[in-house]
Amino acid sequence: MAEEHRRGLRRLIPAPQGAGPSPGTGGIEAAEARGLGARIHDILHANAVIGPAIVLLLAILVFSITADRFLEPRNLSLIVQQVMVVGTLGVAQTLIILTAGIDLSVGAIMVLSSIVMAKLSADSGVPGLLALLIGFGVGTACGLINGLLVTRLRLPPFIVTLGTLNVFFALNLYYSKSETIRGVDMPDLLLWTGNTFNLGDTKITYGSLLMLGLYGVIAYALSSTAWGRHVYAVGDDAEAARLSGVRTNRVVLSVYVLAGLICAVAGWFLIGRIASASPQAGGTANLDSITAVVIGGTSLFGGRGLVVGTLFGALIVGVLRNGLTQSGVDVLWQDFAVGILIIVAVAIDQWIRKVKA
Amino acid sequence: MNETTPILQARGLVKRYGHVVALGGADFELYPGEILAVIGDNGAGKSTLIKCLSGATVPDEGEIELDGQPVQMRNPLEARAMGIETVYQTLAVSPSLDIASNLFLGREPRAPGLMGTVLRRLDKRKMRDEARRHMTELGILTIQNIGQQVESLSGGQRQGVAVARAAAFGSRLVILDEPTAALGVKESGKVLELIARVRDNGLPVILISHNMPHVFEVADRIHIQRLGRRVAVVTPKTHTMNEAVAIMTGATEAGVHGYEQVVHDAERHDAKGTADTLQQLDQ
Repeated sequence: MAEEHRRGLRRLIPAPQGAGPSPGTGGIEAAEARGLGARIHDILHANAVIGPAIVLLLAILVFSITADRFLEPRNLSLIVQQVMVVGTLGVAQTLIILTAGIDLSVGAIMVLSSIVMAKLSADSGVPGLLALLIGFGVGTACGLINGLLVTRLRLPPFIVTLGTLNVFFALNLYYSKSETIRGVDMPDLLLWTGNTFNLGDTKITYGSLLMLGLYGVIAYALSSTAWGRHVYAVGDDAEAARLSGVRTNRVVLSVYVLAGLICAVAGWFLIGRIASASPQAGGTANLDSITAVVIGGTSLFGGRGLVVGTLFGALIVGVLRNGLTQSGVDVLWQDFAVGILIIVAVAIDQWIRKVKA
Repeated sequence: MNETTPILQARGLVKRYGHVVALGGADFELYPGEILAVIGDNGAGKSTLIKCLSGATVPDEGEIELDGQPVQMRNPLEARAMGIETVYQTLAVSPSLDIASNLFLGREPRAPGLMGTVLRRLDKRKMRDEARRHMTELGILTIQNIGQQVESLSGGQRQGVAVARAAAFGSRLVILDEPTAALGVKESGKVLELIARVRDNGLPVILISHNMPHVFEVADRIHIQRLGRRVAVVTPKTHTMNEAVAIMTGATEAGVHGYEQVVHDAERHDAKGTADTLQQLDQ
């Protein structure tokens, strides 16, 4: 048939020679020489992690001068341990914020999962591994509930997770009877994330190593799989993504489910970190995780950012708090400094997002 | 031309929204190798018509045939699987993704071997190379920029990416909804050139536009929609813009100047006959 013939030909016929990248074809011109501000804008626009990386290096540099013991391996190891839980929650929060959502329930999911793990094994005699897996299951189920409410009922993520924050936290109080479960009653597996091994003189917890591994896995998934592209596309412009053939609801749901699982993993780390399971733990974890994401250069408006930025963000907060303490500064100035950082980070993000004319 | 089967044909499409009849028995044909413009005043049913043809809406009544075979498209994905690609007016691309990612969005190729099947790794090189080839084929890109974020492109260039995507994956036809609506004069010109090149490369195009000069510059035939039906099919060679607008707005009733004959010819797939009839009428 003629049309089939034509269709076949389409692949073979080159574009008309005369009409190549001529003046009328919209070839992309190289960026012209521009001012310094514009060039910085371009660099930050192309790579949003450069900012947080520079801030982290600067902070380390300053504190290594103002506090003698700051650079000691022991102290650096402590910072990483302190960052372990929030850093892990930050991975979950990054995924959600990349889809232009927000999750206020990450802390509640984490605590609920940790209590389930601890109580099942300590009180009900469930073996450690099974208790751990059930805890992961609880976190995943919480994420599924969030995801279904967001994708099926089309409620704003802020409202959904504000609601589930309270629901999950109440369930946690109910199940735990508001009692802390001691580490000595738990199997070793649940406490294992707080155990350390020696690397030279430095003690490193298995939990911090797992956290870094988690960052690696999620960074790979975001940068190198179709799913990762879809997460960005959905956060960028959900309707455009849908019309491009991305199953947006499925992507968003998968992100909330995965975030729930990661929160449960953070719950496991939390038990190792505080060597117990407390229903009141992690009260500031929600906002801390959002802080790490924002300082790490991920845009609250979705579609822009890197998970490794969140690691930098969490480390910046950790370094700042630790360094200020080491330098003998009153604790209240830590909050002051973190607050300023958040505002600066978002202001920079707004500036970066401005697309050049 | 007489024996050519339309690539896409619709007969008696009806679509009601409550009491509102958006389409009241509309017909439609698209032939191989042509740019068919669809024009119509607001409320004439051209959006609904296009939604029916792109799978975004299912008509209440009527038939759609693709290459002479009756088809049912329940959603845009099914239409796409049949080789119908649509570029939507404003929602064309994902700004923060690069050009190659945008081109392959929703159908990314995986790397060969275990990297692809187990680790689900994207074949980034293939994406870049293919994207570059498609963009170069359509003459809209200098090669080194394929990794550029789409938001750093101008509006016309973004539209170019969207059109290139449709042209790259559309095996049967491409539907463009108001591709020049948001663009300046110069950029519109470039997009129109691009549309003509898509056709010249062998892919028929349905162009929905409000912009009469653009329609008359690039279209081979013009489908005029009015009050939920096709009232006429004209060509830029035989009709002036004013005449087309007159038919579109109802200032000239179809039939008065023999337009039904034109429609009749068009229905017989007889572009030349259409032109001849119109010439005779004009004399």
